[in-house]
Amino acid sequence: MNIGQSFIEALESVSSNKMRSGLTIIGIVIGVAAVIAIISLGRGAEGTIIGSIQGIGTNLIFVFRGGSEEVLNPKPLTLGDAAAMSDIFQAPSVAGVAPILQGDVKVSMGGESTNTRIVGVTPDYGMVRNSKMAEGEFINEEHVLGQASVVLLGTEVAQDLFDRKEGLVGETIRIDGRPFRVIGVLESKGGSSFGNEDDQVMVPLSTAQTRLLRRSPSDRVDTIIVQAFDSKAVPQASEEISFILRTRHRTDIGADDFSILTQQDFLDTAQTITGVLTIFLGGIAAISLLVGGIGIMNIMLVSVTERTREIGLRKALGARRIDILFQFLTESALLSMIGGIIGIGLGALISLTVGRIAAASDTPLTPSIGLDTVLLATLFSAAVGLFFGLYPANRASSLEPVEALRYE
Amino acid sequence: MDDWVIEAKDLTKVYKMGEIEVHALRGLSVQIARGEIVSIMGPSGSGKSTLMNIIGCLDRPTGGEYFLDRERVSDLKDDQLASIRNQKVGFVFQTFNLLPRATALSNVELPMRYSGNKKNRKKRALSALEAVGLSDRVRHRPNELSGGQQQRVAIARALVNEPAIILADEPTGNLDTSSGDEIMELLLSLNQDHGTTLVIVTHDPEIASQTGRVIHILDGVVEEKA
Repeated sequence: MNIGQSFIEALESVSSNKMRSGLTIIGIVIGVAAVIAIISLGRGAEGTIIGSIQGIGTNLIFVFRGGSEEVLNPKPLTLGDAAAMSDIFQAPSVAGVAPILQGDVKVSMGGESTNTRIVGVTPDYGMVRNSKMAEGEFINEEHVLGQASVVLLGTEVAQDLFDRKEGLVGETIRIDGRPFRVIGVLESKGGSSFGNEDDQVMVPLSTAQTRLLRRSPSDRVDTIIVQAFDSKAVPQASEEISFILRTRHRTDIGADDFSILTQQDFLDTAQTITGVLTIFLGGIAAISLLVGGIGIMNIMLVSVTERTREIGLRKALGARRIDILFQFLTESALLSMIGGIIGIGLGALISLTVGRIAAASDTPLTPSIGLDTVLLATLFSAAVGLFFGLYPANRASSLEPVEALRYE
Repeated sequence: MDDWVIEAKDLTKVYKMGEIEVHALRGLSVQIARGEIVSIMGPSGSGKSTLMNIIGCLDRPTGGEYFLDRERVSDLKDDQLASIRNQKVGFVFQTFNLLPRATALSNVELPMRYSGNKKNRKKRALSALEAVGLSDRVRHRPNELSGGQQQRVAIARALVNEPAIILADEPTGNLDTSSGDEIMELLLSLNQDHGTTLVIVTHDPEIASQTGRVIHILDGVVEEKA
């Protein structure tokens, strides 16, 4: 038994029926290409999401109202809570605290108007979220104390209202009909996991509380963003915050009426979601590979029947069971191998194309075609070929030479 | 002791077709000496094909003993029989049974693929083709050859492993008279030149008359004739 010889013979046999072999191979190509494309795009998406989460800052902690579902009547977060968190004695690991209010408003300028997100912020917000100004100044303490009617524009809002992104300081826009003076334009941040941060405006927290986003009680806030000293201090800071809120809200043990999310939580969630999606979609793609395998089995069974006499002859000339088995297995493995190689190429092409399209529409998505993906697809397709070739090959090898030679 | 290449003692073969048992051979004994030319004749259903299959090690007898080239082969396993066929039997079929996709040369090389003999494959195949007078058709495929030429390729294939016997089943059955005569001539000359034992299964008394001995089979036993 000579492997090289068997390979050449299998190649001859496969190429002697080009149409049939081609169609069988297409089945595998589609399966492998789908697996490769989906896994590499899934990894790319995961990379993009993780990147944007890490872009938020590795030392941020988000505090929301409401704990687990069983906790009834959760107390709202208030400015008092935020102030307690900024107390260096109660929360030594906390570097900065930024309570915010947010909602949707209509902003207009002259005849132009647009719906956008409004965020009520304190001066610390700029430091905590690392907001940079394209022009003008960030909201300061005076603005907050005086409930000033001043606003910072995101670049997209600026573009919508003014058709330009600079030279806007001093202009006046209307938010829900009230006039606000533009004191700055935020630097573009691009899309993030918090939505498009360019499509929003910022006003002083006190202004939002009293005029735009009234809540009850009046010192209530929606979210408190806390900055730990560094990423290592995040767990400690979370502990401190929890302790403060438990004390202030007088919660029962194990019944927190607030939730704390760190960047790690976001990362874990995102990874779980993309991982599950990739496995799910990859599983669907694998089914098409399975269908391709059944195609191989089908064609090999036809081939065995067609070549019954040939098998009989080979046996008469001294071929052992294993020789025949090996011959047909080589053939089916060859079919699936060719399909696998073309499929890897096609899958890579598809994922790169999708990556390009995504990049062209401003969504960075870099497909990652790892060596492990390629190896997996190769092994999987070879295994499919061998598995689905085994039955036909075994059938061929167990033919009785006398019967096979007599077959018409 | 005589030098029997084929020695069959008391062969029986029973086929079970559902409930019915068909006795194809009923205690058949036959001996063929080395270098002999023998034809086997018999009407359809006489057990002729069954005997040929057993002699060619394609099948096993139900009972009795069979020695091929002094080796007891009547109860070997499938793969052992395959290797015996490969080494000791050269088959020539009525319908040639060449691989249609392969050249004459590859067809002749085929038995050597299964004998594990890698050395001189091409050289031996070429000399076998030369022995049947087809040196100029080495690269041709079966459909580019005449029936007579195809059968010559088949004979070269039967010769290439230098078997103890050549077993020809109606070797001229699919050929016209003149190519048939040529094939018979070739087979007989191989026997003269190499001393190869030749067993021909045939219906044709004309063919049988050219062989040294005729064994008539009837109802699963040898019918002795003067």
